[in-house]
Amino acid sequence: MKLSLPARCALAGFTLLTLVFLYLPLAVVLRLSFNPAKSVSWPGFNGYTLDWWRKAWEADGPKEALINSCKVAFVAMILALVLGTLAAMAMARFQFFGRSAVSFLMVLPIALPGIVTGIALQNTFSRTIDLGLFSFRVGFGFHSLVIAHATFCVVVAYNNVIARLRRSSPNLLEASADLGAHGSQTFRYITFPLMRSALLAGGILAFALSFDEIVVTTFTAGSGFQTLPQWILANFSRPQNVPLVNVMATFVMVVSIPLAYLAQRLSDSGTD
Amino acid sequence: MGERLDRSAGVAEPSTEQNDATSGRAFGSSHPMRSINRVFHGRRRLGVGALLGAPLGWMLLIYIGSLLLLVVSALYRLDPITQKPTHELTNQNLIAAFKFWDPDVWPAIWVFFRTAAVALLVTLLCFLIALPVAFFVAKVAPRWIRRGLVVALLMPLWAGYLVKGYAWRAMVSPAGGRFAAAGQGDGGFLESVFGWTPGFGRMAIVVALVYLWLPFMILPIYAGLDRLPPSLLDAASDLGAKPFRTFRSVVLPMLLPSVAAGSIFTFSLTLGDYIVPQIVNNGQERFMFGTIINATLGAPNQPLAAAYTLWPLVIIILYLLAMKRAGAFENL
Repeated sequence: MKLSLPARCALAGFTLLTLVFLYLPLAVVLRLSFNPAKSVSWPGFNGYTLDWWRKAWEADGPKEALINSCKVAFVAMILALVLGTLAAMAMARFQFFGRSAVSFLMVLPIALPGIVTGIALQNTFSRTIDLGLFSFRVGFGFHSLVIAHATFCVVVAYNNVIARLRRSSPNLLEASADLGAHGSQTFRYITFPLMRSALLAGGILAFALSFDEIVVTTFTAGSGFQTLPQWILANFSRPQNVPLVNVMATFVMVVSIPLAYLAQRLSDSGTD
Repeated sequence: MGERLDRSAGVAEPSTEQNDATSGRAFGSSHPMRSINRVFHGRRRLGVGALLGAPLGWMLLIYIGSLLLLVVSALYRLDPITQKPTHELTNQNLIAAFKFWDPDVWPAIWVFFRTAAVALLVTLLCFLIALPVAFFVAKVAPRWIRRGLVVALLMPLWAGYLVKGYAWRAMVSPAGGRFAAAGQGDGGFLESVFGWTPGFGRMAIVVALVYLWLPFMILPIYAGLDRLPPSLLDAASDLGAKPFRTFRSVVLPMLLPSVAAGSIFTFSLTLGDYIVPQIVNNGQERFMFGTIINATLGAPNQPLAAAYTLWPLVIIILYLLAMKRAGAFENL
């Protein structure tokens, strides 16, 4: 389909505009984190300072929040990887009744808005579940956050692994079995190396997703635990802390984007 | 009989037995892994069950279970004295939340419809922006730049929800006046560079939401266009169709599943979103329905909040099922 030159130029221009639209706000925050003044006005080329970065490093609040976020994201990532990989292996290799229901189920935590997931999980965690012999209450804190985050991170790992499995030939596994390898050998020598970079990509994306999540977190964290997004949310309207918020927001951005890029490269590198 | 994968990751690794070249078998038939193999061989359902058991169990128990519990919790009566939900069942909350004929409920209904309208508007805007961009990248841009463009368009997705919301707050902050957030009296980027800003308010909410979900719409449309065989477009033009006609009659219908997939995020996430709208609205009014749910929860009136949550939940489940029919789930 050959489009006329003006049409093609118009499309190119529009795409360029969209790119500017996408990156401009992020660039503004980045620039503001180096701005000595506490306002959010565009400082142009005057005034660069690393003071705020130093203050953010020294302050307890953001650092603790950052560490908490990392801890939660890491454990949630591991859980999500395990669960997502298992589900992907089942879905990729077998035909069974209820396949589409399973894929629907996997997507649900991320497709439903955070407030629904958050309220539902908060409700469950706050209840004392009586199982006759013993009763327990999940409660709130690190563990509740991990459970909540893992739940919606599963789909990210699942997507990555299943895309990789679908791309690879099923004959490899059959050949391996024909050559006498049993289950765990096949997994160790064939399946796992195949999936390795997809696992890494899915893990990175799951980490980034959990690291940045705010809505479900506000419902499931409880009062004693604060992640970085929670800290940002609590502080962005406090005039004293605006520069620190700029720094932390920039930090999240500057860490997440290259990670996502890395994940993208990893997932593409796979079998072909 | 196809391949089978046992969930053998948890099994201890066998000792280093050498490959028995003379007999042609890698391990003796009495090896524990062989026994496991024998159990799973031919029993496909067992294999599926072993693999799916943990993830499915998790999702069903924790997630679906929580959703169901939420629905049930809407039936609990709130003890007016302790302000805690009791275990007495009542349909009081459901009635309160669904009493559409009661004027007291009308403000909430109005907010809900407004939120749904915003969700549709955001979906439409994302679609209108994503379509030309995705088309350019998939079909018009030269091949060498395509990968770079896709990456460039998708990376902002990962900057972070809150970061992006906060970034828009920094963009649209108005200067001085009664809207000035403390410490931001000079106005944000738009104000200080262009002298004009939409300020905190409804337009900022819509723009911020479009900004958040745009990459979610671009990606599936791009993937859908990428999958479109170019021979199809050539055939259309051979049959005499001008580009626009080809677009309308060939490309758009084939893009329906992709658009459906993208719209899942733009519609559903907007419907329940309340944090970024509050950030760019400076908390001035309860614009989005999520704010009402949150406020009710903090009242504290958890059962009523749960009842209110049913509104978006039902709508979104219906929307998801409709999108599933449109083929969205093949594209996620």
